[in-house]
Amino acid sequence: MVDITPADGIPPAEVAEVELYHPHSWWTKYVFSQDAKVIAVQYSATATAIGLVALVLSWLMRLQLGFPGTFDFITPEAYYQFITMHGMIMVIYLLTALFLGGFGNYLIPLMVGARDMVFPYVNMLSYWIYLLAVLVLVSSFFAPGGPTGAGWTLYPPQAIMSGTPGGQDWGIILMLSSLILFIIGFTMGGLNYVVTVLQGRTRGMTMMRLPLTVWGIFTATVMALLAFPALFVASVMMLLDRVLGTSFFMPAISEMGEQLPHNGGSPILFQHLFWFFGHPEVYIVALPAFGIVSDLISTHARKNIFGYRMMVWAIVGIGALSFVVWAHHMYVSGMHPYFGFFFATTTLIIAIPTAIKVYNWVLTLWRGDIHLTIPMLFALAFIVTFVNGGLTGLFLGNVVVDVPLSDTMFVVAHFHMVMGVAPILVVFGAIYHWYPKVTGRMLNETLGRFHFWVTFLGAYLIFFPMHYLGLMGVPRRYAELTDMTIMTESAHHLNSFISVMAFIVGFAQMVFLFNLIWSVRHGREAGGNPWRATTLEWQTPQTPPAHGNFGKDLPIVYRWAYDYSVPGAKEDFIPQNMPGSFGPSREPA
Amino acid sequence: MAVALVLVLIVVGSVLFHLLSPWWWTPIASNWAYIDNTIIITFWITGVVFATVVLFMAYCVFRFRHREGNRAAYEPENKRLESWLTIVTAVGVTALLVPGLFVWSRFVTVPSDATEVEVIGQQWQWSFRLPGKDGKLGTSETRDVSADNPLGVIPSDPNGQDDVVVEAADLHLPVGKPVKMLLRSIDVLHDFYVPEFRAKMDMIPGSVTYFWFTPTRTGTFQVLCAELCGQGHPMMHGVVMVDTQEDYVAWLGQQQTFAQLSAPQKTGSADDRTGQTAAPGPEIAARLETVGSR
Repeated sequence: MVDITPADGIPPAEVAEVELYHPHSWWTKYVFSQDAKVIAVQYSATATAIGLVALVLSWLMRLQLGFPGTFDFITPEAYYQFITMHGMIMVIYLLTALFLGGFGNYLIPLMVGARDMVFPYVNMLSYWIYLLAVLVLVSSFFAPGGPTGAGWTLYPPQAIMSGTPGGQDWGIILMLSSLILFIIGFTMGGLNYVVTVLQGRTRGMTMMRLPLTVWGIFTATVMALLAFPALFVASVMMLLDRVLGTSFFMPAISEMGEQLPHNGGSPILFQHLFWFFGHPEVYIVALPAFGIVSDLISTHARKNIFGYRMMVWAIVGIGALSFVVWAHHMYVSGMHPYFGFFFATTTLIIAIPTAIKVYNWVLTLWRGDIHLTIPMLFALAFIVTFVNGGLTGLFLGNVVVDVPLSDTMFVVAHFHMVMGVAPILVVFGAIYHWYPKVTGRMLNETLGRFHFWVTFLGAYLIFFPMHYLGLMGVPRRYAELTDMTIMTESAHHLNSFISVMAFIVGFAQMVFLFNLIWSVRHGREAGGNPWRATTLEWQTPQTPPAHGNFGKDLPIVYRWAYDYSVPGAKEDFIPQNMPGSFGPSREPA
Repeated sequence: MAVALVLVLIVVGSVLFHLLSPWWWTPIASNWAYIDNTIIITFWITGVVFATVVLFMAYCVFRFRHREGNRAAYEPENKRLESWLTIVTAVGVTALLVPGLFVWSRFVTVPSDATEVEVIGQQWQWSFRLPGKDGKLGTSETRDVSADNPLGVIPSDPNGQDDVVVEAADLHLPVGKPVKMLLRSIDVLHDFYVPEFRAKMDMIPGSVTYFWFTPTRTGTFQVLCAELCGQGHPMMHGVVMVDTQEDYVAWLGQQQTFAQLSAPQKTGSADDRTGQTAAPGPEIAARLETVGSR
C-alpha cells in the first residue's frame, strides 16, 4: 500500500484573473467564437462530417474487394483515390482533429479548472485554418484528375508521377497543401493546449492531480508539436519536386520509356521523414484514447484508477519511446538491414509500458462496482480490440516476422484494430459520457446499446479474420484480387463476408448520428453530474457550462481525480474541489 | 452477465477460428521455415496473453458487476504487483525478440556461395538479369535505359556483355541453390514478393537492395508486387519457376545475352520471348486506358 497523506493546504493565487473576451453578437458567440467549448463543437462537427466521407469511401472500396468486377465505376484509378483519401481523412482530419481539437478544447480548460484556453483568439484561428485545410482536401474530389491515389503514405516517386491518379494533376498538390494548412492550424491549437495545461491550472491542481484524460491529450499534443514539423518539411519538399521540378525525393527515372528530368534525389528520405511523423502519430491518436478510457473505467467502475503514477509515467514513456521506433514501418523498405536490430528492439520495448496500461485498466475493474453503462461497454470493447491489435503489433514489430507479413492484409487488419477501431470505440464511449455535459441531456439508451453491440462485434468480425488473409499472403492496396494463385475460393468468400459486415457497421453509425441529433431536444434531462464523477467539468454551476466555465470563483482543488468509494466517505465519490473535511484524500503521495 | 458471456465467446471464437479456419499460410518453398517458426512462437505467446486478459475481464465483469449496496475497494497502488507484472512482460517480450533477432541475422547474412540474380521492376512488369559465364553482372544505370537497352546495362562495361537478359518473362531458378536477389527499379518503388518464399524487399530507383533465400521445392510460383506502384500495381504479376538442375540448364541455354540482344541485326526480339505467362507493362497500361475511359 502507498503512504496516505491528507490534502495539503492550498496556496493563494499568485496572479490575478484576466478578463475574458465577451462576444457581442450571434456571430462572435457561435461562429467566430473564442470560447474553447464552441470551438470544440466546431472541430468535432467538421471532423465528423469529413469522417462520413471517409466512411462512404470505405464502403466503396469494400464493394470492390468483396464483389470484384461487379461495380464498373470502381476503376483501379478510383479505388486508389478511395483508399488514399480514406486513410488520410481518418488518421489526420478525423482522429487527430477530434481528439485534440474536439476533446482537447472541450475538456482541458474544464478539467484543469480554467475559464478558457490561454490564447482564445489563436484558438479560434486554429479551427478556421483546420476548416480551410478540410475544404482544400475536399476540393480535390472536384479538381481535374480527381484526388491523389498515392496511398495515404504518399510515397514518392509514384506520388508525383503520371502512373498514379492525381500525380500529374491537381490531386497531389491539393493534398500536400491541405496537409501544410492542417499543420499550421494544429500548431496554433497545440501550443494553446500545452500552455493551458502548464500555466492555466487552478489552485491546488498539481500535475499529479490531473485526470489521465488531460495527461493523455497533453502528452499527445507535445508529441504532435514535435512530429508534425517532419511531415511539414516533407510536404513542402515534395510540393517543390512536383511544382518546381526539384529532386529532393526524385532520383533518375525512366518512366514508360521516357527519361524524366529529375536526378539525384532519395525516395527513402521521404519515408524517414514521413514515419518520423507517422509513428508518433499513432500515439498522438492512442494517448488521448488511453487517458479518456482510464477515466471512463474509473468513473463507471466507481473505483480509483489503479496505479495512477505508473499510468502517468507509462504515457510519458510511450510518448518518448515512440520517437525512436519509426523505421519499423520500413523493415522491407531497402534501408540498411542492420537498422532492423535497433528498431525491433526499441519497438518491442515500447510493448512494456503499453502492457502496464492494459494491466492497470483491468486491475481497476478488479473489486470494482462495475456499472455496465454505455461508456463502460465501449471502454471494455476498447480493451479487447486494443489488446488484440497491440499483440499483432508484436508480430510486425519483430523485424523478421514482418518480412512475410509487411504490405499484406495482416498490416491492414492490425492498424485498423489498434488505431482505428480501438480509439474510435473510445471516441464513442467519451461522447456517451460527456454528451450530457455538452448538451444537458442524455443520449438515448436503447439506440446507444444497439450502436454499441453492432459496432463492437461487427468491427471485430471485420478485422479479426482479415489477419488470416494477410497470413495467406494477400497483399494490401490491390484494386483487383483476380488471378492470384495463393487465394483460394474460400478466401474470396471471406472478403465478401468482411464487406457485408462493413456495410452493417457503417449503418449502425447512422443510428448513432440520429441519436446525437435527436437527443439534443428529446433526450432525458441529465442534471449537472449524471455519472457522479469527481473531475471538475462535472462541478460547474451551469450545465452546459456557461462562458467562463465556473461562475464567479474558480474551483480550488483539494484532491486527486480518483476519490471513488473512499472508505468512510458517505458517497462513493468525492469531487476534486471538495475540501478535506468531507472525507480523507488518499491520493498517492 | 451477457457482457461477460460475450467476452468469453470472443476468446473461444477467436481461438477456434485460429485452429479451424481454412485460411492459413501457403506451403513454404524456401529455407525460411525459421520465420514460420517465429510466427508460431509469437502466436502462442500473444494468444495466451489475449485469452488471459479478456477472460480476466470477463470474470471481473461477472463477479464485480453493480448490485444494490455494493461498494468498490479502495486501492490506489500495489507496487509489488506492478513490479511483478512489469518483469513478466519484459520476459515475454524478450522471448519474442531474441529468436526474432537471431533469425533476422541469418536473413541479412548472405551465404558466400549464393548466386546473384537481378530483378528489375518497372511499371508494371518484371524483368531479370543473370550473370553470364564470367559469373559477374555488369553495372547498370537508369539513364542508359532505352528501347534497345530496357534494363539500362552500361554498354561499355565488359562484364555486362554476357549477362543473360530476361525481359518481361518468367524467371527460372535451380532448386536447392542459395540465390541473392539483387533488386532494382527504373521508375517507382516496387516490391518483389513471392508468398511461398516468405521473403520480400522493396526496390528503389537509384539503389540496389537485396534479400537471399534457397528454393526448397520445384514448382511454379507467382510473383506479386507488394509496394503500391500506381494504377497497374495489382496486375503486376510475374512467375518464378523453380526447376531441377537439368531443366534449369536447358532453360538457360535458350536465353539471350545482352550482347546478342543489342546486336544491330537482331530486331523485333520482343516478339519471340519464350515461356512468357505474365502480362507485360505496356499491355497493362493499355488495359487501364480502356478501363479508365469507360
